[in-house]
Amino acid sequence: MKAEQISIFLENRAGRLEEVTRVLAEAGISIRALSLADTSDFGILRLIVSDHEKAKVALKENGFTVGRNAVVAVEVSDKPGGLHAILSLLCSGGVNVEYMYAFVHQCERSAVIIFRFDRTDQAIELLQKNNITIIPGDKLYSI
Amino acid sequence: MIFDMDIETLPREELEALQLKRLQSLCERVYANVAFYRRAFDEAGIKPGDVKSLADLRYLPFTEKQDMRNHYPFGLFAVPKDNVVRIHASSGTTGRATVVGYTQRDVNNWATMMARSFMAAGASRRDIIHVAYGYGLFTGGLGAHYGAERLGATTIPMSGGSTRRQVMLLRDFGATVLCCTPSYSLVLYEAALESGIDFKELPLRVGVFGAEPWTDEMRRDIEQKMGIKAIDIYGLSEIMGPGVGIECIEAQNGAHLQEDHFLCEVIDPVTKEPVGPGEAGELVITTLTKEAQPLIRYRTRDITRLVKTPCKCGRTFARMQRVQGRSDDMLIIRGVNVFPSQIESILLETEGLTPHYQLVVRREGNLDTLSVQVEVDEKIFSDEIKGLQRLENKIQKNIKEFLGVTTQVKLVEPRGIQRSEGKAKRILDLRNECK
Repeated sequence: MKAEQISIFLENRAGRLEEVTRVLAEAGISIRALSLADTSDFGILRLIVSDHEKAKVALKENGFTVGRNAVVAVEVSDKPGGLHAILSLLCSGGVNVEYMYAFVHQCERSAVIIFRFDRTDQAIELLQKNNITIIPGDKLYSI
Repeated sequence: MIFDMDIETLPREELEALQLKRLQSLCERVYANVAFYRRAFDEAGIKPGDVKSLADLRYLPFTEKQDMRNHYPFGLFAVPKDNVVRIHASSGTTGRATVVGYTQRDVNNWATMMARSFMAAGASRRDIIHVAYGYGLFTGGLGAHYGAERLGATTIPMSGGSTRRQVMLLRDFGATVLCCTPSYSLVLYEAALESGIDFKELPLRVGVFGAEPWTDEMRRDIEQKMGIKAIDIYGLSEIMGPGVGIECIEAQNGAHLQEDHFLCEVIDPVTKEPVGPGEAGELVITTLTKEAQPLIRYRTRDITRLVKTPCKCGRTFARMQRVQGRSDDMLIIRGVNVFPSQIESILLETEGLTPHYQLVVRREGNLDTLSVQVEVDEKIFSDEIKGLQRLENKIQKNIKEFLGVTTQVKLVEPRGIQRSEGKAKRILDLRNECK
């Protein structure tokens, strides 16, 4: 039930992000979701893409440092309290969120949240037990 | 005024006769007592008795910093350990510091040379000397301290740091002589201005500045801002500490080397042959009187020239021109010696890998700053900010702990560090570009 995310190390200077999108565009890769964390000196770009293997190879060929991490994509109903219910559940189960980012489905009335947990397997077990919809990687990449 | 009138103004022929006598006795001592030198003399096919004139110096073996590290900690001592009364050490990574030992006579000689130095700088027993060099294993603080006391001056053992407090005490105690690195004097000056204290209105009149390279422009800047005479002092811990050479206030034109204790020559760092009179090259020093840890032809790596013409102060000791550079890759950051190889071994110890790195030296305000740029490869990359920041902090902390110098660690993209001819350029010195 895990999904693959790629992460890219970026120096905090002009044109670096543009270079990533150029490489991905030229390799014919679509970006499904993204999040950028930054400090004054550097940033970490996290991406869910249509083909993470291909993306990683293309980026590495262009000199980027690329990591791969297991994340969990959760469907959250697009109404007040939707996210809160999930976080309460995780909190009571003792699972910590390292970071998360969201995007909204175009055709369905729900949002997708990408979670990076400290204990991924436990989080999945907890979510499944409580009938929360996890979007498997294969489906996520082609949304 | 001259502290040791007889010695410091000795005619050069007499000085050289004294040097030869001391050199011959030194060769006998190290050959008899230091295994390293006995081997080196034997390998060079020379016996102590072969030294008949100062010109024979060129046949003696060199000593390098690495030889001191190889015999860490006490392997180069020429006296029983019971006769050693003091140990100093320069920064180094674990187990690789350069250690120097002193007998009671060595400490006394050092104090005398520092007292001579203060007097050459225009100080006397009527002065109040504020010593802001670090006290401890570093030779600066204690070296200046003993000299100031030997001179009979009132000595303030301030040590480094606590800048605001330094400024307050400088004013309250009415120091007339300030002893620190030239860059730190400017830090003190600016901190004083912030507290509404103008150095020009204080009794301060002389600065004895050393332990890092500085220029004549910086001297003019300091003298003009603070209303003092800024005097250059030369020294290195391997040889003794501060006071190996001192400028006289009369000429302020090159540091007089204490030639009754040190035999100084200038060599071509590549061919290792002596250069012609007055030509630039690497300064090589033989300690004529050191008992605990005498060194034969120690390669200082400092590039300079020696001037032996008479000086208007009356001293006959040769003057060395300001150090123009180094014949190795050593950096001096606020008085602390830093070799790129030390940073490399710290990086290695920190994460157990050999990342690409580059040292960038800048001058910010009046301080030299060192930033360490480390390329992020897949082994150290993390998708979490805190993972990378933890790495930055760890490297910074380890460098501070091992070398005693504060650095800014910056993570950069792979290939972000320039490579020239396939080899990474380890040092980027921007000090002269961002004034």
